[in-house]
Amino acid sequence: MTRRLFPVLAGLSLLFFVGAPVLIVRAPYESTMGLVQKIFYFHFAGWMAMFLAIFVLGIASIIFLFRRIRSADQLAVAAAEQAVIFGLIGLITGPLWGVKAWGVWWQWDARLTMAVILELILVAYLLLRQYGGPGSDRLAAGLGIFAMANVPFLYISTEIWRTVHPRTSVVPTLPVDFGLPLWWSVAGFVVICLAMLSARRRLEEQRATLDELYLALEDEA
Amino acid sequence: MSGRGRRARWLVVVILAVVLTGTWGESTLWAQPTDAAQDGFVPMDEIPPEEELPAAPLVMTAYAVAWAIVIGYLWTIWKRLGNVEKELADVGRRVSAGDRAGTGA
Amino acid sequence: MTRFLQVVWLVVRKDLRVESRNKEMLVTTLFFAVSCVMVFAFAFVRGGRAVDGAAAGVLWIAVAFAGTLALGRAFERERYQDALRGLLLAPVDRPAIYLGKLSGLLLLLAVVELVVVLMVALMFQAPLFEHPFRMLALLALGTLGFASVGTLFSAMLVRTRSRAVLLPVLLYPVTIPVLIMGVSGTNVLWQPEPDLAMVQLWTSLLLFFDVVFLTLALWTFEPVMTE
Repeated sequence: MTRRLFPVLAGLSLLFFVGAPVLIVRAPYESTMGLVQKIFYFHFAGWMAMFLAIFVLGIASIIFLFRRIRSADQLAVAAAEQAVIFGLIGLITGPLWGVKAWGVWWQWDARLTMAVILELILVAYLLLRQYGGPGSDRLAAGLGIFAMANVPFLYISTEIWRTVHPRTSVVPTLPVDFGLPLWWSVAGFVVICLAMLSARRRLEEQRATLDELYLALEDEA
Repeated sequence: MSGRGRRARWLVVVILAVVLTGTWGESTLWAQPTDAAQDGFVPMDEIPPEEELPAAPLVMTAYAVAWAIVIGYLWTIWKRLGNVEKELADVGRRVSAGDRAGTGA
Repeated sequence: MTRFLQVVWLVVRKDLRVESRNKEMLVTTLFFAVSCVMVFAFAFVRGGRAVDGAAAGVLWIAVAFAGTLALGRAFERERYQDALRGLLLAPVDRPAIYLGKLSGLLLLLAVVELVVVLMVALMFQAPLFEHPFRMLALLALGTLGFASVGTLFSAMLVRTRSRAVLLPVLLYPVTIPVLIMGVSGTNVLWQPEPDLAMVQLWTSLLLFFDVVFLTLALWTFEPVMTE
């Protein structure tokens, strides 16, 4: 399935990549923020891709934990890596926007804060898989479920945490704008995420096959 | 040239095409005026305009970083996949060699 | 149902009995928590006065750190002589074992928190007895949230190689909402004129977190612990 899916996704990704700069350049200037607001198209799209990846991670973890389907576990690992990657994109573009709009690199914006915490959880997932030894696939599945379940709580608690404290200056949160360039970028990033997901999953699959072959070799010897 | 080599070349060509197209798109960004309606919004509106950060380098950096991360990651997958497939071929040969050598030993 | 609760009680009783022999875990965790508070006090007290809002943070950090220590020790015990395998082989509901370990841990943390809260209130001049029940609710719910996730993760990691370092790595990011809610709620409560509606909000959020994550932990304990 992956063999056929990946070229399609890759082709779509190219389409989006090529189209995005054109649309973004043509987009009107946002009245208060001017040029720097254009970072936002990629920034927001990165978040959407990250949430998609976390969602896939959670579902795949549930399936693996309760049904022990190996390919679900492979999908979960792939999804975790995607979430880390797109989270990284969001976390780098965010401050680049912020240094111009806020005057400081970091200002504990609620969504950026939530993103940092989610990134920590996902990196912890990858660390567990790397250093957890045998059996860490099940443990990681448990963590994956907790990661997905935590998203609404992180969102709520960071939002309230940030809005309650009085601010010394008028500092805006990152805006949510609607328009073709934004959704084009979001769709593009989602497609790229899915393409990389399938590629990464294929890597896991091949690794599993390799392990089985090694075991078969040892059995013969 | 082997099948893998040809595919690798194609990928490089495609990536270059994408990067060039994107750069063309963004070069038009450079042509835009950079301090369009930014006064009065940032909290530090007492700061004179010459001390404000120019926005264009930030935007360029942001896009460049996003693409670099995606392409870099794709490259790592590509490399890892290549390694695993090489090992698979290796082990496959060993298994079939073991078969040919017969049972026992 | 009664059988389930019987199992829970048996596990708690076992842990209490082991602990009462030498009280090692209680004493060391308590002392660790106290040292924590002292260290933070030196970090956040300037000119003899605490930095604004530091008290709530210090309290919850001490709880988190002491809790992690206790969690590590609680399951370390089960590794000796394959005690954990024995526990898991018993023909009982696995979630009952989880609840038993959780309850034991909560009892320990209750004692530790009593001391820590008093110490923080003393050193940072926090109005501890103004709204004692709300304070109690915040502490109880926050500790429950932290401990329920912690007990599951600690059990998960009991056979893992780098468990000592992996437990905090896994636990802290996932329980950050608990810390945010606990610290914010405590902070608001310890203001000169606390906004009680806000405290109520944080307490309800903590309750919500507890319900969701306790359920999740009970649900995933069995498949995670099974070979």
